[in-house]
Amino acid sequence: MTVDNLINWFPFGAEWPVITFVTAVLICAIPVFLFIAVYALVAIYGELKISSFMQDKVGPMGQGVGLHAGKWGLLQPVADALKLILKEDIIPESADKKLFILAPFVVFVGAFITFAALPFSQEIIVADMNIGVFYILAVSSLGVIGIILAGWSSNNKWSLYGAMRSAAQIISYEIPAGLSIIPIVMLTGTLSMQGIIVSQQGIIWGFLPNWIIFNNPFTFIAFFIFFISGVAECNRTPFDIPEAESELVAGAFTEYSGMRYAFFFLSEYANMFVVSGVAVAAFLGGWNSPIPGFMDSPSWGLFWFIGKSMSLIFLMIWFRWTFPRLRVDQLMSVCWKVLLPISFVNIFGVGIWNLLVG
Amino acid sequence: MGVVHGDLMTLNIGPQHPSTHGVLRLKVKTDGEIVSEVEPYIGYLHRCFEKHCENVTYDQVIPYTDRCDYIASMNNNFGYAVAVEELMKIKVPERVEYIRVIVAELNRIASHLLALGTYGLDVGAFTPFLYMFRDRERILDIFEALCGARLLYNYIWVGGVSHDFPNEFVETVYSFLDYFEPKIKEYNELLTYNKIFIERTADVGVMPPEVAISYGVSGPNLRGSGVKWDIRKNETYSIYEKFDFDIPVGSGIMGTVGDCWDRYYVRMQEMVQSAKIVRQALKTIPAGNVHQALPKKIRPPKGFIYKRTESPRGDLAYYIVSDGSPIPFRLKMRSPAFTALSVLGEISQGWMMSDVIAILGSLDIVLGEIDR
Repeated sequence: MTVDNLINWFPFGAEWPVITFVTAVLICAIPVFLFIAVYALVAIYGELKISSFMQDKVGPMGQGVGLHAGKWGLLQPVADALKLILKEDIIPESADKKLFILAPFVVFVGAFITFAALPFSQEIIVADMNIGVFYILAVSSLGVIGIILAGWSSNNKWSLYGAMRSAAQIISYEIPAGLSIIPIVMLTGTLSMQGIIVSQQGIIWGFLPNWIIFNNPFTFIAFFIFFISGVAECNRTPFDIPEAESELVAGAFTEYSGMRYAFFFLSEYANMFVVSGVAVAAFLGGWNSPIPGFMDSPSWGLFWFIGKSMSLIFLMIWFRWTFPRLRVDQLMSVCWKVLLPISFVNIFGVGIWNLLVG
Repeated sequence: MGVVHGDLMTLNIGPQHPSTHGVLRLKVKTDGEIVSEVEPYIGYLHRCFEKHCENVTYDQVIPYTDRCDYIASMNNNFGYAVAVEELMKIKVPERVEYIRVIVAELNRIASHLLALGTYGLDVGAFTPFLYMFRDRERILDIFEALCGARLLYNYIWVGGVSHDFPNEFVETVYSFLDYFEPKIKEYNELLTYNKIFIERTADVGVMPPEVAISYGVSGPNLRGSGVKWDIRKNETYSIYEKFDFDIPVGSGIMGTVGDCWDRYYVRMQEMVQSAKIVRQALKTIPAGNVHQALPKKIRPPKGFIYKRTESPRGDLAYYIVSDGSPIPFRLKMRSPAFTALSVLGEISQGWMMSDVIAILGSLDIVLGEIDR
């Protein structure tokens, strides 16, 4: 199901092309938005529970009489969301009001439009563009504009610090992320997300699924570079320096409260899914089953894609509750002195491997 | 918005800030991320401790000492009691000395657990903080069984302690030690030898021994700089000479001697030593009455005393002037955290914003004791 399918399906498509296009886009956007909202609730609950189990506590539990968070605290994320919606929305007196209001939406849009190119299954993708990979890399860094706007318009020194750190970080880590995707394009010869996944069907080396991560040693390393860069782009620990609460209070989001803050929060979780989703599609076979031929129908594809993405998100949560935080200059040196040279070597390596073995 | 300036930006960290460990304000001059000047402003928690003491009797001072370094109240009580006893030339029963050493060392472990846990928090590691608080909680449970309070104990009195051990107390402490000692390995795996943690703390905020000594820094901060100085050994008081324990000093395993990692690691090793002391004391504790030396009325002879003890933060000293009345004429407390904070400006120049937080955390200050 794609936007193109919907446009063709409308009987009056040829007469009112603009209306048809807008309607089709809206029809696709609403489920995506709902998906992000539901997924964020699940991820927040997962974060609470996983962190609790790692830290030797039980996390949200629904015990006692009266209003409580449901069985095993299942309603806790709902309560959190309700609290954020009902909270007073404060705009600081000295803030640049227009930019302050605009910023959360810019950040969210940056995360939201990336979902358009995520292949959820063989049939479910909003738009299977022939430049899908390129599109994702381009729009996923749009959010940084919102963070800079938020930091600048808050008129707060902590916010400005957070925004500048965030800008430097996200722009730097875009480069190794992009460079570690190039080997994929070289191997599969396509930029379309579905095309990349289709090329990963079957078996390699006799027993492993034909995922690109197993294709050769260089792609194996490329996956880790991509994932590390992805974690950095999501501002997750150990790369959470833009909102380092022990240093910068809350970084760029210091002055935000209520629903506006919730949008930043939602974008963070949405970004986590985007990074995991792209990593799954590009390296881990996308919606392909890990055992070829087993549970391999289109509806199972949705299960595999979300399942694999969620495992990577679990990994991010695990990182967050284990690692300390890097310093801003160490963060930069990891990017420019370690990840970047390795990704260049990777590109050559994949090229040579392809020539000799492939 | 307006004119662009090329000079330094002044940033106020605190008094409300997540990692100033209390109500401390740091006036920081920064050039982007690089910090060129740090100036601590204190006094937000000033409660006139010393002036209060000039208006209450000697035994009424003890609850006030609790509230100075509220992380290690037992050690504060201990230091005060030892000072007044020396002024009055009281000899306390053997059992009381043992009880005091046991609770003081347990409190040292609790204090270091809090220091190391919040230090992890300062550099961004959340889980070690909760692990250490979980274990500190067990010490607080022990103290609650002992004297009913979990934070401000008012336990060690002049000439004795307020209560003897409750039933099965020794077994409880033993079981805590059996539980606690293996946990240190867990902390080391999770935080101490973590690559990122080492990157963040080794070679950062180096305090050379000369600087430490010239600022009067003491305790784990001084030992982190490689100076082997511990009042428990060098100017022994109570019955510390009976126990066999080492004084861990920083040796620059991960970087330079006197960096944040050394100060952190000295505290980690001191917990092992404290556990060792508690074990020895539990094994040899004699029976006896803990109240027999309690004076009816505390009225020290005319004179003065300057007595220092080793609190978890360093040399904690009381200077007491007595005019022969039941009320101290003058009482001055030498706060180890105060001197530790005074060196912050010196050792954090030229580091980055994040490092200032890391250095401040590694000094383990308690604002209650600094402001008094």
